[in-house]
Amino acid sequence: MARFLFRRLLQLLFTLIGISILSWIIITQAPGSPIALTMDPKVSPKIIEQMEKNYDLDKPIYQQYFLWLKKLFTGKLYSFKDGRPVLEKIAERIWNTLLLNLVATLIIFSLAIPLGVFSARRPYSFLDNLGTFGAYLGLSIPGFWLAYLVILATVKLFGYPVLGLRSFVIEGLSTPEIVLDRIWHLLLPASIMAIHGIAGLSRYTRSSMLEVVRQDYIRTAKSKGLSEEVVYYKHALRNALLPIITLFGFLIPGLIGGSIIMESVFAWPGIGRLAYQAVLARDYPVVMTILTISAVLTLIGNFIADLLYGVADPRIRYQ
Amino acid sequence: MRIKTLLLFFPLLFLILLGINIIFVSSRPTPIVNQLIISSIGDASYLNPVLAQDSASSDINSLVFNGLIKYNRDLQGFVGDLAESWEIRPGPEPEITFYLRRGVLWHDGKPFSAEDVKFTFDKIMDEKTQTVRRSDYELVKKVEVVDPYTFRVIYRQPFSPGLGTWGIGILPKHLLEKEDINTSSFNRNPVGTGPFRFVEWVSDEKIVLEANPRYFEGRPHLDRIIYRIIPETSLSEMELLTKGVDHYGVLPHQYRRMSEIPFLKIYSQPSLAYTYIGYNLRNPLFQDKRVRRALTHAIHREEIVQYVLYGFGRMISGPFPSHLWYYNPNVKPLPYDPEKAKKLLAEAGWRDTDGDGVLDKEGKPFRFKLITNSGNDIRRDVGVLVQRQLRELGIDVIFETYEWSVFLKNFINAKHFDACILGWSLSPDPDDYMIWHSSQIEKGFNFISYVNPEADRLWEEGRKEYDLERRRKIYWRIHELIAEDQPYTFLFSPIGISALQKKFVLLERDSSGRETYRPIQMEKAGLMYDLIKWYVPRGPVMEK
Repeated sequence: MARFLFRRLLQLLFTLIGISILSWIIITQAPGSPIALTMDPKVSPKIIEQMEKNYDLDKPIYQQYFLWLKKLFTGKLYSFKDGRPVLEKIAERIWNTLLLNLVATLIIFSLAIPLGVFSARRPYSFLDNLGTFGAYLGLSIPGFWLAYLVILATVKLFGYPVLGLRSFVIEGLSTPEIVLDRIWHLLLPASIMAIHGIAGLSRYTRSSMLEVVRQDYIRTAKSKGLSEEVVYYKHALRNALLPIITLFGFLIPGLIGGSIIMESVFAWPGIGRLAYQAVLARDYPVVMTILTISAVLTLIGNFIADLLYGVADPRIRYQ
Repeated sequence: MRIKTLLLFFPLLFLILLGINIIFVSSRPTPIVNQLIISSIGDASYLNPVLAQDSASSDINSLVFNGLIKYNRDLQGFVGDLAESWEIRPGPEPEITFYLRRGVLWHDGKPFSAEDVKFTFDKIMDEKTQTVRRSDYELVKKVEVVDPYTFRVIYRQPFSPGLGTWGIGILPKHLLEKEDINTSSFNRNPVGTGPFRFVEWVSDEKIVLEANPRYFEGRPHLDRIIYRIIPETSLSEMELLTKGVDHYGVLPHQYRRMSEIPFLKIYSQPSLAYTYIGYNLRNPLFQDKRVRRALTHAIHREEIVQYVLYGFGRMISGPFPSHLWYYNPNVKPLPYDPEKAKKLLAEAGWRDTDGDGVLDKEGKPFRFKLITNSGNDIRRDVGVLVQRQLRELGIDVIFETYEWSVFLKNFINAKHFDACILGWSLSPDPDDYMIWHSSQIEKGFNFISYVNPEADRLWEEGRKEYDLERRRKIYWRIHELIAEDQPYTFLFSPIGISALQKKFVLLERDSSGRETYRPIQMEKAGLMYDLIKWYVPRGPVMEK
């Protein structure tokens, strides 16, 4: 086991270095420069050159890469956009993104699994068909479009702000009301973000359940005289949820990697918007750091999923 | 069944939470607060006037910092800001002496003096400072602190646009002296002398300012200004409806909806910008003036304004904003006249001799590529309309868009294009030397390679002349020359629209201390010119 861990971690490290070099090349070789993007007749080109030099943009690309690495590890990496430490910029947004994604994930799991389980209880009944229809609808509706409709509808119906982390005119609100206000601003984007996931996961759970109830050990359990309910909700459900562990692997990077679209639509100050703006502005230090962080998280997620398999399924053993 | 109840518990919890929230939000009216919430598309970058390049930062900096002087409300000349008065001594090396206000305090209580002005200038000129503003001061020979309240600038040569550059926000020396200005935490916690003090900045969410009680022109009447960052204008519209935003820039297509909302007032004004088609004059196709004039005659600019801008644009005849003093009102835009265009093209030798519907000359068809940057819907729509309009005349236009940086690098700067749709944002000073002078063809912004010796001479003269009336004459003549040559087809100058909640008024006190309310008016220098007098009355508003 220890050898396996060591080998796996070493493998991860090399993958990570590979990813960062590749991303560096792609990002810096994309056309455009962090500075020449403005077309201001009051600015002479000489000054633009000087500014590029100050950002080391005149150095060869491999030197720039090592400079980036060095600055990242010495904490001297500053954004081109506002001269602030990159890690600080990421840290102040990470909680917002984490909160939104965590709530969305909670909604997905707490709604999708019951939905899938109940659908599979009586397959092809009216309710199950309704669920299938709803799932296809949820999968095919573009999230940003639905978000706009929901925003429009709530504004027309309630006349209460929906965008951002909180309302701006909060004079005269009591503390519980402020909490409610925060929850309101959180619940809407999280629910819309969750729709896609609910649709997918509920179908996944349903087919997994249907698969499991046909297994021999379920028949055995039934013939032992256990009640339908116990067999279904205890024995079958446990086995059916096994494949869902794979999803945890995707969950970790998903929690931090913000959703560009939803964060923009709901004016939510998160990582996704930061990354998007940084790409548009060719803010290399920020783009690279966010990419590296998500690469690390994806690798860790896969690693944890591997380990969890070993824990949950005795048939899998690592050498 | 335990598991079954557990499965039901979470969905129920979710529904209950949603229900409570809906009851809460549907029962709460918005209170009226003496503050202004402005919606901005992008977050600010540097709250430091020397480093800031984007409009969000500049807007906030203009409230937190003061320059030595500022434009007057007609954008025609200056009034004192941190300087009480100033003197220009003309000559081959002109001198400007600023006499500074006494008793001005920084937001942290320290006194302001000429040392701060010199410090700001030195920081701008420092090569390590990441500022584009340095170009504005390249002709400064030296600056002197004559005494704590007198500051003198000596130029190498006469340079009248230089005066306006002293409107840049002045930085406090005592806070930045020992800092690296590019990365200092000051850029996020600014301390200025302006009417509003910085309170808080939450990235990508909001920037909060409050009234400065010690402001030298008196405390502003508003308690607070909040900049909200909302990345999309249609969302700002939603927040405006729920009164989570008081003021934002309306897009033309939103105008009709906005004008129907009873609690909003809509303002509009031509902006300091224009959109044009630039012809690459190195291309033999466009070297004949008659061809360029014919193209302008053939492009139906009223139609473009009507369909692309919903009418919110003004036709212009030359390279200046139509509402300012240096725009020559005697020069009229070339009218839309396809017949005239045909005649001019025929004179230049372009006829459809082979009957294929495309004009030709010496066997070559009249075909060119029109390019613009992608991501700008207005320019894209303009391109499509122009393509159709010229098609009717027998000119084959290929219209393509490219990503901004590719567009600039591979086409515009490389001068590898036939014609392009672009726009200029201008400053209130008419000196557009960098765009039009023939010395700016190689490394400046005269990428269409326009040469006119008389215009060249006038551009040089204009930036040496300090007298407004004489400058006006110079720029009026330049306007005539460029309108005659038509190196650009000037399409339109967009009209900016903004929406403001009706609750705001201008509060004025007369000598006896009696308060009167006046409605807020759009000035040439912008809606917010009198911001320190804005106020939200508690009771019903009686407009005088």
